[in-house]
Amino acid sequence: MKKWSLIIDVEKCEDCNNCFLSCKDEHVDNDFPRYSLAQPRHGHRWINIMRKERGQYPLIDVAYLPIPCMHCDNAPCVKKAQKGAVYKREDGIVIIDPEKAKGQKHLVNACPYDAIWWNDDKAVPQKCTLCAHLLDEGWKEPRCVQACPTGALRVIKAEDSEMQKIIESENLEVYQPQYNTRPRVYYKNLYRHTRCFIGGSVAVQVDGTTDCAAGATVTLIKDSQKTATLTDAFGDFKFDGLEENSGTYRLEISYRDWKKKTIELGLLAASLNVGTIFL
Amino acid sequence: MKSTIEDKILLRYPILAKIVFSIILFGLDLMLKRATRKYPSFKNRLKKKNFIAQIKVKDNSQGRHFTFKNGNIISKAGIHPSPDVTIVYRNACLAAKLMRPNRDQLEQINAMKNFQIAMEGPDELTMWFMETLSLMLSSGVEYGTDLGNGVRRYTSNTNGGPVFVYVKDGKIIRITPIEFDESDAQPWAIEARGKKFTPPRKTTISPHTLAWKSMVYSPDRLLYPMKRVDFDPNGERNCQNRGISGYERISWDEATDIVANEIKRVKRDYGPGAILNGSGSHHTWGILGYWLSSRPRFFNSIGYTPVVHNPDSWEGWFWGAMHHWGHSLRLGAPEAYGTVEDCLKNCEMVVFWSSDPEATSGVYGAMEGSVRRQWLKELGIKMVHIDPFYNHTAALLGGKWLAPRPATGNALALAIANVWIIEDLYDKEYVANRTTGFEKWKGYILGKEDGIPKTPEWQEQEAGIPAKDVRALAREWGSKKTYLAAGGITGFGSACRCATGNEWARSMVCLMAMQGLGKPGVNMGGMQQGTPVDTSFFFPGYAEGGLSGDIEGTAMAVNLYQRMPQLATVNTVYQRVPRLKIPEAILEGSTCGYPTDSKTIEGQFLKFDYPAPGNAPLKMYYKYGGSHFGTMAETNRYVKAYRSDKLSFVVNQSIWFEGEARFADVILPACTSFERWDISEFANCGGYVQHSFNQCNHRVMVMQHKCIEPLGESKSDFQIFLEIAKKLGLGAPFSEGVTEFDWCKRLFDGTDLPKVISWKKFLKKGYYVVPAPKEELRDPVSFRWYAEDRLKDTPELAPLPADYTEQFGKGLQTQSGKLEFVSSSLKRFDPDDPERPPMTKYIPSWEGHHTTELYKRYPLQLISPHPRYSFHTVGDGKDSIVNDVKDHRVLIDGYYYWIVRINSGDAEARGIKESDLVKVFNDRGAVICAAQVTERVPPGTVHSYESSAVYDPVGEPGYSVDRGGCVNQLTPSRMMIKQSHSMAANSCLVQIAKCQGEESMK
Repeated sequence: MKKWSLIIDVEKCEDCNNCFLSCKDEHVDNDFPRYSLAQPRHGHRWINIMRKERGQYPLIDVAYLPIPCMHCDNAPCVKKAQKGAVYKREDGIVIIDPEKAKGQKHLVNACPYDAIWWNDDKAVPQKCTLCAHLLDEGWKEPRCVQACPTGALRVIKAEDSEMQKIIESENLEVYQPQYNTRPRVYYKNLYRHTRCFIGGSVAVQVDGTTDCAAGATVTLIKDSQKTATLTDAFGDFKFDGLEENSGTYRLEISYRDWKKKTIELGLLAASLNVGTIFL
Repeated sequence: MKSTIEDKILLRYPILAKIVFSIILFGLDLMLKRATRKYPSFKNRLKKKNFIAQIKVKDNSQGRHFTFKNGNIISKAGIHPSPDVTIVYRNACLAAKLMRPNRDQLEQINAMKNFQIAMEGPDELTMWFMETLSLMLSSGVEYGTDLGNGVRRYTSNTNGGPVFVYVKDGKIIRITPIEFDESDAQPWAIEARGKKFTPPRKTTISPHTLAWKSMVYSPDRLLYPMKRVDFDPNGERNCQNRGISGYERISWDEATDIVANEIKRVKRDYGPGAILNGSGSHHTWGILGYWLSSRPRFFNSIGYTPVVHNPDSWEGWFWGAMHHWGHSLRLGAPEAYGTVEDCLKNCEMVVFWSSDPEATSGVYGAMEGSVRRQWLKELGIKMVHIDPFYNHTAALLGGKWLAPRPATGNALALAIANVWIIEDLYDKEYVANRTTGFEKWKGYILGKEDGIPKTPEWQEQEAGIPAKDVRALAREWGSKKTYLAAGGITGFGSACRCATGNEWARSMVCLMAMQGLGKPGVNMGGMQQGTPVDTSFFFPGYAEGGLSGDIEGTAMAVNLYQRMPQLATVNTVYQRVPRLKIPEAILEGSTCGYPTDSKTIEGQFLKFDYPAPGNAPLKMYYKYGGSHFGTMAETNRYVKAYRSDKLSFVVNQSIWFEGEARFADVILPACTSFERWDISEFANCGGYVQHSFNQCNHRVMVMQHKCIEPLGESKSDFQIFLEIAKKLGLGAPFSEGVTEFDWCKRLFDGTDLPKVISWKKFLKKGYYVVPAPKEELRDPVSFRWYAEDRLKDTPELAPLPADYTEQFGKGLQTQSGKLEFVSSSLKRFDPDDPERPPMTKYIPSWEGHHTTELYKRYPLQLISPHPRYSFHTVGDGKDSIVNDVKDHRVLIDGYYYWIVRINSGDAEARGIKESDLVKVFNDRGAVICAAQVTERVPPGTVHSYESSAVYDPVGEPGYSVDRGGCVNQLTPSRMMIKQSHSMAANSCLVQIAKCQGEESMK
């Protein structure tokens, strides 16, 4: 049985909000019997875009993480629902039955991803349906994917084995794997949200003039592990994909005939711009 | 005008013409009856009026009259003694020609202009009869696609891209991008560096376009004409209560009576020029419905003082850059052809300077450029982003970010030039052969003129970029084939809208002149324009005037006037008011300005005064929409102007009850483009952004179906103007007796579409994709002809022939025909102007870190670029779903606040945390915003967007804190330079303080 999965490339998401707005366009004021009642005009975020800024001025980056319902294969909401109000379809989509789920406010807290929203007027928990009502009509993709201008959102209907191959070949991850809910939403380049970097700039003084040190070798050292990189034309370097709160690091910089410089960094809590290092 | 064989026969044998005419008249009777039987809506219409219509020839020798009674029609050959409505043809031959379906429109217009056709009877009835004849033909036409289950899919277009509109039970249920079907044309492909790039076969849309359903069904929609409760046109007007008093519903008849009577009154009592009209620069999309179509047609017909728009998105390009390279017809921005392919194939680095196309979509370009910029990344082309704000293009694409202090970009540019000169990193041959004046500018850069070499170190004091980074950038740029994306399209950019905007834009031209503009891989743009679409296929942009008949005020004369014959309209009032000086014109009674005249470089030098000699002072303001509080500068001035009794009447025609609409005496409710007929192309502006559709991956022409009936009693702008025109006896010349649907067909007939698709099919399917030209027929690259000193071969009719100094097509529009480091037009105009010297120099901002006293009190520099999620005021406020976008507004205690972005250090020093309510203020006003604490701005710079649709003063309008988010209340109303009409919104000093309860709101 082929099942739907959503793949989100964090590096291609620019927070244009076309996914969020197309979801609202689709669901606000529109009831889709058996799939979902209308979303309230304001308040709900069936696809919730989180912002993550890393680093300090001027060496920073910004990434966005859209979080819809993860359509988990091991969904806590399905388990915690009464009267079978939340169910998993054969094609992988998790649906909250709008009739049976009436009054089941506790489902809002059942989701570790905070993807379920409470509709006060209709007394019903609601969430992304992956536009199942459209897919069932023959649409090839849900509204959010259709409106995405960069290809950050992609939907695939595939056998589990086929999906597994895609996960491996494209290096996909799930968000917060420790929840053990087996999400069907996969992320690419998730490091932009979950990992941190150490970056900085190297400069030298020649005849009283400061210049960027392009092509300097910067080595990041943690315990016995060493990683090296070269600075770019602006003397900038960046070591990415580091764990937050992952201990202490040391930087070694060598450049042409200049004396090698070592910088001890304190405990790495989050992304760090060490600033300009003058050799 | 075609002269067919039939026409010649008719002319030769008058008796035959008589026979044909009587057959047509008889046929008309049959057709009317048929339509009555077939279409219930047509029958219902006929039931509404009882009258007798006569169609005849002028000498009464032939005719037929039609009696409409209770929905039935009785017709009889001959002349009726007392018809209510009469259509008179000069002779039978003419009638035979013009009464047949698909008549020659030019012949019809010629007959109208030469009094060969006349309409007699009250306007209301003659128009009604003419429209009935038109509806007889168009009733029952099929349009849209039936999707089953009662859902029908229509097409429409917006200023953020074309869309499919799904309608069920007369209600819009969803709006999506257009996905092409198999029969639509295949797109272009570009092979570059071993890869093949081709765009997806669909249209993209902007975020605000996805909010349209929520805007159509907004609780802020104006559904009925309204009158301010304490406004009495025959008694107390209570002008001071504008913006304070409430409104009461009135009928259309009463509303249009008041407006028509006020038009007559001010003309009678004061003379020509007493009526002021302006619109926002943006509107609901459509060639017929945009702001340069029915609006000027109406106002030209009554005579009015137009509001002259400052080139608000161009400023520095128009008043500055133009003097170095011409391009006046593009308001100083350059041509942009073939650059996508050239960039992919040849460029090694792109410098985005004040350029955030991911946020601003170029102009009308939806998200079309996003996929192309990803190709740059795929090819490993280096990128640099120069912007005080770490913008969305930078965030998406990565690369080096340099954040100069606002309004100091010119200092950075001069320092780059300095490095190039010292280190010999520029194209000396190009400079020698293709430019003039370099030696003089070089002297200035090296400090020979003022003793100050414009070094990277000097720059650091002004712009704040580490000197080492400037040297690194200059070396990269000087040794790599580089594209300069200055602004969101080629042109624009918030750096061009500050006190030093001219000098920034001018220096952009000078930098490219040093690097060989036009050589392979060296050009302007950031993949936003210059796709290889077919520019030779004619379809007009909105700036070509639609049905305006306005040959002077639009670009209609170039193509459309010949292709869609229509009655020309002419405004007889010479008086004008600069948009940025509307408040002074009203409150002080006099002001002056410089025109946005794009015909030639010198057009902008012709200063004009208000009042114009012999003209009346402004007494009546007929405003379209409500954007100025959010979009102009120091906008409390506009609020105050509205509340003055110097304006005895204010009418606002608007879709929503917002902004300026709340300051009118009478409000006329307009419908959205989804509720009327129109026709248009994706991102085609035309005129001052010629071929702007080459921002798109595909040229898409769209039939803008009337998807739903107008909400409430709202009407299309065309219809509103027609209703008023009828009360002034102007109905027939205004509408030419046809409906909006007929105008769409007339426009269709005037384009190249009929050559490739039938009207019937276009109407039904709703869109057409123009096939991309084969590779050999693609447009040449911009400026390549110039770099190679050949005749101009890019497909634009600019400059005008007289503006070439040498041979036609040879060189640029400048006096020398070359890129001028020292501008000859400025030397001629005012060589001693310290604000705009003939060559670009560093001139410190008149509001910035050098204005010491002010800077002490207001140490933060606010920039407020064009917004990302709304398009000017479209999409914002009005309970639109855009308000829920986290980076657009923030919901705090039940209110959606506008956002101000502040560096973490500046925030901490003020005790401000994320999403705190803060007061942003200076001597000009105060706005309550939600703080976003960020590293995306350097310390000392704060960022917000302009164009809030909501103006919500907590106390007396014009004198109190606004919590709606109109940050333009804070921006200076001073012109960038005195001899211009320009805004410097991005030179704005403010202070920010955390709100401490109620007190802060005052």
